[in-house]
Amino acid sequence: MAFATEMESRNLQKRHRKARQFRRLCALVTWSSIFLLAVLLGQVAADGLSWLDWQFLDSFPSRFPERAGIKSALVGTLWLSVLVALISIPVGVSSALYLEEFASRGRLSKLIELNIANLSGVPSIVYGILGLAIFVRFFMLERSLIAGALTMSLLILPTIIIASREAIRTVPMSIRYAALSLGATRWQTTWAHVLPASFPGIMTGVILALSRSIGETAPLILIGALSFVAFLPQGPMDSFTALPIQIYNWISRPQTEFHDLAAAGIIVLLAVLLLMNATAIYIRNKTERRLK
Amino acid sequence: MNAPHGANQHPQGEVVLDLRDVSVLYSGKPAVKKVSCQIFKNHITSIIGPSGCGKSTLLRSLNRMNDFVDGVSIEGELLFYGENLYGKDVDPVEVRRHIGMVFQKPNPFHKSIYNNVSWGPSINGYNGSMDELVERSLSQAALWEEVKDRLHDSALNLSGGQQQRLCIARALAMQPQVLLMDEPCSALDPISTAHIEDLLFELKARYTIVIVTHNMQQAARVSDYTAFMETGHLVEFGETDQIFTHPNVKRTEEYVTGRFG
Repeated sequence: MAFATEMESRNLQKRHRKARQFRRLCALVTWSSIFLLAVLLGQVAADGLSWLDWQFLDSFPSRFPERAGIKSALVGTLWLSVLVALISIPVGVSSALYLEEFASRGRLSKLIELNIANLSGVPSIVYGILGLAIFVRFFMLERSLIAGALTMSLLILPTIIIASREAIRTVPMSIRYAALSLGATRWQTTWAHVLPASFPGIMTGVILALSRSIGETAPLILIGALSFVAFLPQGPMDSFTALPIQIYNWISRPQTEFHDLAAAGIIVLLAVLLLMNATAIYIRNKTERRLK
Repeated sequence: MNAPHGANQHPQGEVVLDLRDVSVLYSGKPAVKKVSCQIFKNHITSIIGPSGCGKSTLLRSLNRMNDFVDGVSIEGELLFYGENLYGKDVDPVEVRRHIGMVFQKPNPFHKSIYNNVSWGPSINGYNGSMDELVERSLSQAALWEEVKDRLHDSALNLSGGQQQRLCIARALAMQPQVLLMDEPCSALDPISTAHIEDLLFELKARYTIVIVTHNMQQAARVSDYTAFMETGHLVEFGETDQIFTHPNVKRTEEYVTGRFG
């Protein structure tokens, strides 16, 4: 090479080699996890697809596998996720806005921040115990949808708050100063500029959190979601079941037909998740584009 | 907070802002030390001095933008038409409606050009014709001709110099009595800078302007009065010609002739 000495070019080759090796390592890790996931999904599809039909979606659970379906669980999950979204998004986003935009940065706010981070790591069963004690027993909400939704909201609030705070923090201070220098109040600044600018990021956090809540089983079992429900909930005070509970129930039966039913249930659960995420991403991209 | 007419008459014109021994402290540490000077109506006053001398801090204390910095405190009196800006019953939000600000880097809202200008007046209950106000403000900021056909495009598609003029238009739309400018040209190229300097001359007729600048030629070109600050002290304040041609203080002379800083 004309513009490199012998030693330099050897050194350069070495660095290129290292870069290639690192890239191969990353690709290997990525593809092996995708492979594992594919195997898992393939297994589920092989077991469940043959059971998946309209009758399966439109039937209540039954002692007889060929007549069993997930209607009540599917409707329960939809109810639950709508209620959880209605409770956790306003509470979580307001908390994040308060902590970022209004609260003074003192020792107390640091303590709260640490606690929220900690709470996001608490096992979900603990939230179930909490929900059982507070919502089911103390507020006497019984084994209702609303008790389940409140418990799930508690579970995902830390995630929503942390993600929303991160999103709010990425809004440059200069935008806030611009608004404030025009004689805007803190609230006007937040509502008109900070919230819209952080909305896409907040949505991402909310999507992840809601997806988690759909898959959670443990807290629902604890607060007493039923596993054999032959009716549809008519309101938030009715008792209910949800997809993961129904799947868990089928898996724990001895007959293999029920195991296949569980696989079909997993496919439905995945489809619901995918649909929700797709909707949320669509909303996010739309608002993101509008902001630009 | 309207001006009682005839108050504070001064040979050089009406006094808009009267600083009396103003100190600004960050958690007890003074960044601005006992500054006293007067800002005259319909004149441009520039604040010059080396980096970290406290000139931006002083500027931000004039419309209480320092309130958002943790641990900041103010000593002394800062009178706006005779009323203390830091008085107990003064609402800082109200102060900023009368004393506008343009920042170092253009910071347009992520909205359309039109909405950038109209947002301030609309939240403050402006009930005249918004279209007229937007046109007038953009014209005053010498931007109207360039953007009149794309008022509803995003402000972020404008060039840096246009964005800064949009920020000026946004501040003017509030019809402020004073316009504070914190190094408004430091992020701009020479042509955009010249645009803004020309603009300042025109704005002087309607507004009182205080401009912080790193660029001494700029201070000499645009301002009527110049304040030279160093390490938080106001070293010298006077008419720009005098400061740049025969300053009274040796430090000022050394600074403006480029022997240090």
